[in-house]
Amino acid sequence: MNIIPANHDAFLVLEDGTSFSGKSFGANGEAYGEAVFNTSMMGYQEILTDPSYCGQLITMTYPLIGNYGVNDEDVESSKIQASGLIVREVSRITSNFRSTKDLPTYLKEQNIVAIEDIDTRALTRHLRSNGAMKAIISTVDSDIDSLLSKVKNSEGLVGIDLVQKVTCEKAYDWSTSGKFKVAVIDCGIKHNILRILAEKDCHLKVFPANTLIEEIDAFNPDGIFLSNGPGDPGAVEYVINLVKTLVERDNLPIFGICLGHQMLGLAQGADYSKLKFGHRGGNQPVKNILTSKVEITSQNHGFAIDADSLPPEMEVTHIHLNDNTLSGMRHKTKPIFSVQYHPEASPGPHDSHYLFDEFLSNLKAYQGDPA
Amino acid sequence: MPKRSDISKILIIGSGPIIIGQACEFDYSGTQACKALKEEGYTVILVNSNPATIMTDPNISDRTYIEPVTPEYVEKVIEKERPDCILPTLGGQTGLNVAVELHHRGVLEKYNVELIGANFEAINKTEQRSLFKEAMIKIGLDVPESGLANNKSDCEKILKEIGLPVIIRPSYTLGGTGGGIANTEDEFWKICFNGLDLSTTSEILIEESLVGWKEYELEVMRDKNDNVVIICSIENLDPMGVHTGDSITVAPAQTLTDKEYQYMRDSAIKIIREMGVETGGSNIQFSTDPKTGRQIVIEMNPRVSRSSALASKATGFPIAKIAAKLAIGYTLDEIKNDITGETLASFEPSIDYCVVKIPRFTFEKFKGSDTTLNSVMKSVGEVMAIGRTFREAFHKGLRSLETGLKGFDEEYKLKSDYNVEINRPSPDRILYIKKALEDGKSIDYLFEKTGIDPWFLQNFTDMIIVENKLKSVGLELDNELLYHAKREGLSDELISKFTGIDSLEIRKRRLEYGIIPVYKLVDTCAAEFAAKTPYYYSTYEQENEAVLSNKEKVIVLGGGPNRIGQGIEFDYCCVQAVFGIQDLGMEAIMVNSNPETVSTDYDTSDKLYFEPLTFEDVMNIIDQEKPKGVIVQLGGQTPLNLCDKLFDAGVTILGTQPDSIAKAEDRSLMKQMVDNMNLIQPESGIAYTYEEAVVVAKEIGYPVLIRPSFVLGGRAMEIVYQEKDLKEFMQIAVEASPNNPILIDKYLEDAIELDVDAICDGKDVVIGGILEHIEQAGIHSGDSASVLPPYSLSNKQIDRIKIQAKQLALELNVIGLLNIQFAIKNDIIYIIEVNPRASRTVPFISKATGVPLARLAAKVMCGKSLKELNFTKEVSISHIAVKESVFPFDRFANVDAVLGPEMRSTGEVMGIDKTFGKAFAKSQLGANQKLKPQGNAFISVNYNHKRDIIFIVKKLSELDYKIYATPGTAKALKLNGIDVKEVEKISDDPNNNLLTLMNENKIKIDLIINTPSVKANIDDEKQIRIAAIENRIPLVTTIFGAMSTVAAIEAIKLGDIGVTPIQEYIK
Repeated sequence: MNIIPANHDAFLVLEDGTSFSGKSFGANGEAYGEAVFNTSMMGYQEILTDPSYCGQLITMTYPLIGNYGVNDEDVESSKIQASGLIVREVSRITSNFRSTKDLPTYLKEQNIVAIEDIDTRALTRHLRSNGAMKAIISTVDSDIDSLLSKVKNSEGLVGIDLVQKVTCEKAYDWSTSGKFKVAVIDCGIKHNILRILAEKDCHLKVFPANTLIEEIDAFNPDGIFLSNGPGDPGAVEYVINLVKTLVERDNLPIFGICLGHQMLGLAQGADYSKLKFGHRGGNQPVKNILTSKVEITSQNHGFAIDADSLPPEMEVTHIHLNDNTLSGMRHKTKPIFSVQYHPEASPGPHDSHYLFDEFLSNLKAYQGDPA
Repeated sequence: MPKRSDISKILIIGSGPIIIGQACEFDYSGTQACKALKEEGYTVILVNSNPATIMTDPNISDRTYIEPVTPEYVEKVIEKERPDCILPTLGGQTGLNVAVELHHRGVLEKYNVELIGANFEAINKTEQRSLFKEAMIKIGLDVPESGLANNKSDCEKILKEIGLPVIIRPSYTLGGTGGGIANTEDEFWKICFNGLDLSTTSEILIEESLVGWKEYELEVMRDKNDNVVIICSIENLDPMGVHTGDSITVAPAQTLTDKEYQYMRDSAIKIIREMGVETGGSNIQFSTDPKTGRQIVIEMNPRVSRSSALASKATGFPIAKIAAKLAIGYTLDEIKNDITGETLASFEPSIDYCVVKIPRFTFEKFKGSDTTLNSVMKSVGEVMAIGRTFREAFHKGLRSLETGLKGFDEEYKLKSDYNVEINRPSPDRILYIKKALEDGKSIDYLFEKTGIDPWFLQNFTDMIIVENKLKSVGLELDNELLYHAKREGLSDELISKFTGIDSLEIRKRRLEYGIIPVYKLVDTCAAEFAAKTPYYYSTYEQENEAVLSNKEKVIVLGGGPNRIGQGIEFDYCCVQAVFGIQDLGMEAIMVNSNPETVSTDYDTSDKLYFEPLTFEDVMNIIDQEKPKGVIVQLGGQTPLNLCDKLFDAGVTILGTQPDSIAKAEDRSLMKQMVDNMNLIQPESGIAYTYEEAVVVAKEIGYPVLIRPSFVLGGRAMEIVYQEKDLKEFMQIAVEASPNNPILIDKYLEDAIELDVDAICDGKDVVIGGILEHIEQAGIHSGDSASVLPPYSLSNKQIDRIKIQAKQLALELNVIGLLNIQFAIKNDIIYIIEVNPRASRTVPFISKATGVPLARLAAKVMCGKSLKELNFTKEVSISHIAVKESVFPFDRFANVDAVLGPEMRSTGEVMGIDKTFGKAFAKSQLGANQKLKPQGNAFISVNYNHKRDIIFIVKKLSELDYKIYATPGTAKALKLNGIDVKEVEKISDDPNNNLLTLMNENKIKIDLIINTPSVKANIDDEKQIRIAAIENRIPLVTTIFGAMSTVAAIEAIKLGDIGVTPIQEYIK
């Protein structure tokens, strides 16, 4: 049936020419980005505000979004970071005791374009088969050909440094006291990581991604945290170099999550590649090969470190059970480890929370014996 | 890690007969588990008394004991089979309780049998409220304030502490039997006493009432490496206070933020660890305060459940199958996800649709029962519907219910004021809410009144908006609005009702303009991976994912929601038909809406459409699949009701043709045919109104049997003895089947009734079996106990019956199954009813004889002859199989437990042995009639039965039963030399009658024989029968039943009843 309902006032066009019509429920305008899908059934507010989604148009595979509105607590950064949102249906009402406003209002306030009434399953299947790709959502242009040429001319993700768009402008203290001083390299950090570390008695100083090592040294940290973040890790050479120096020079505990994990891998000379459609969701099974236990994890990444390319001083600690890609690694002799997924969850399961404790015990050990 | 090699023989305990709270979901789960364990090379031993299950098919397990699911009989099986372990988590509460009892009796220790899945400690901890609560507090979770009571003074103390309202839950009862919410002190005491009585441990939990709070469930699985995954979250639309089995539920949870959901998930994981469920699935219920988010743990079931079956169907993740594999030592990451074939079972399903489950009630069958829903489950079945939005799924669910609703539609028998009805949870409450919304009541107001989340109420409002749009355009409906309405989930019939356009016209228009549904997959992973398993639902979206094969296809239409009269027996037939079709190399496509069933397991058919069984939804599938034909005669009345419309739309009906089906249903056509064949029917006539009925009944002479046509389960059937009762019953009959003729038959008093099932291929007829009813004709065949082979008929009579059955099959051009009910009185054979379809007795006969009748019938319908199938002669058996029915009277307070022409049983058991006494004894024990070898019997029979009862009671007395009787009965017995103690009638002596003596513990009665009078003393008798049900005393209400019961008691007293697997009987 080719009826385009009269109330369809927004369009989604993928770079391969596939198009969908829908209804706008966010801001007016056009949004470019890489179209990806996330299979989490809840947690849209955390996802939207996760800086790792910078430059992406997020398709929620769960069709009913916005049911519980938005609130002031469930944010992962100061604003919506995704370029746009694609759903089957946005709720007409919000129902939750913590809700402060509805999702459409939230999106409009932050000038984010969003489209509903889309066959998101068809879109997901398309992305699964053809890979994540550039796309545009427009509420102002209904000419598919025109939109297609706009998409084609738009900037993609590969080779682009998106970190500079989301990192903090200057260093700041997230928490001003704490037993362990942790220098956080902010490539687009999720607040929940900071919340968890602060709760574990860390004094957190957050540094911009392009920080010089001297500034970090001046803080005299007990450990380094490498944050998550958006886009192509290969495009963020300055961070890779920083990490390389830190690893080689010191015995400082380092913990990396997601992009931080990729930075560590690249700093150690490993290769990386782009996954076809990435891992995005809250149900991703990861096996801890040290304990044989399975963790259900929250994931959000489009690139992965190639396990076979790890240098001999690094070892694999976690693998993704769906496709056997590298999910975690550690240094064989130094207190350095990282995971590709999100132990801080938010959204997602808390199964991997123990990694923060491991980092903490590394910090403790380092404090006791900093040599 | 590999599976365990230290065990080789596994015993599985089934859940026994279908009862409220324990239905065919346990056949689904059990079948999956048996198959999985057998595939792994273990020897699987099964005990289940329910012959209507797929799991008791001889090829599913290695040895199948269709024996009572009681500790005594399971012990006999253990003694004989010496299994290494028992998997107790698949047979519902029954299975769990038996396992616990075997532990207590030392049986497990004696035979060195291990409980796998959940051990005794874990089961005990979850079932004993005090231990559970203690454990929750230990792990830092919030539980309702509560106290545990074992006696009256405990209750008093707790009441003082907590205050009203409170919820009372007895320990170790099923589906919350005996529990309830007390708002007043009167209610409090009533429920407490009843609960203390019912609990096998005389323990009740009295707790803070959370009525009105939101209710959630999580389905959790754990393996031996302590990996834990959540399979599904479920949100109840009905707030706390309504049993979850009676609630409309939605998956996944809709109104939880990730923070709240993860807190719940963490709690669930902590709980399953703390409770020590080593492997397998558990269901955990939570409640949250909508105002503060405070989260409370309600309870946990350490086993597969109704909810786990629903979760399996809702996500595609086969919980029972995986649970079985975990129990034998596999870990989640060693098991493949069947649906993707690539990924593993160690993940959490993500779904990209909305699932709605709606319960199906049958209050109309229990006159005088209260339709208020509370913590005691009362629904007998359920439907599940899948849509891309809640509204679409909700519409689909409502039209799947077969209660007359075409969707969310208010003009449906609403008799009361919504201002009153919105305050009271009931099956119709959602419709009253709709009315209130239409009347301008606000969402806030209704949330306040009902506790139903505003999100759901908003969706209801949106549904009304669509309705109003359609009503306002009427005949001017354009394609865009039509498409919108379809996308919103409205059926053609509902659109037709709102616009005035004929529904067939709407369908025509949809086809013309391509407004047709697409089919999407249930794939466990929200399309992240390609799915291999073809499990589909319809929706109105862009992309159709259905993959069509070039094979010859046959569609089997299932039976929809379970209800009294149409349950697991028909699902059994449908599943058998699928196997038959597959045997012939054709593609079997299943359509059904019932999540509890084996038929809706993605593993059963080649392709599964989880869809409402309406003309529209079925035609959409037919349009797409273009099958060779459709099988309508196996799913009960549901598909039969579609038969004519499908035929008129050009669909090929496989098997018996619609005209034959119509002929069998049409009284006058049938009469003509029977007359032409020189066969005999009871005198009869047809009436549409009371006035006509009076004339017909006078002509025939009373008593008469009145029954509506085109109904199943004897809906609104009654025996009428005098004209003054006719009006009331005619009215009920007309309501039950409006616009159809009401049949009025001469009622044959004290005739013997028979059920005959046969297969006909158009040329040959083979009898499947003849069942002789224990109870006299007039008791619904579904409620009557019956025996295979007949035990009181002469060979000559049997031969005559066979000949008549064959003649009728050929005359009616039956292709497939045929069921005939005969009655014999004074050596005259009467034809009561002819049904050219599968009957409720097909699975029973198949089990008893080893002949898969429905499977053969499906092949016949697909064109095979009986000769080709090598089934040309009926199988005669040398053992005796007794079918006994199981009733839900304990769920409906103050409903009379007397048998009649309207069916009210929910399930059945089979007792099978070499002699009638033993087989009948097993059937009674299986049906939870705890016959004792000796004890006290109370006898009170009506005037006509005074003669018949004498020899029965004499025998009973000889078997060491002490006899109590009301004066009239006592007199007759005394005169015949029987030692009787007289007990006054209730109406004659309020202080010294049976009930007061029982209540004061002056006598303990172990058996009640009470035959109902035709009219007088009804209330007296009713009270006795209700007391029997409440006190779980075996109750017999017919003379023939009494005779058989005495034979059973004799067999029990002799004490040499053994157990034998079905495979040996049918060798």
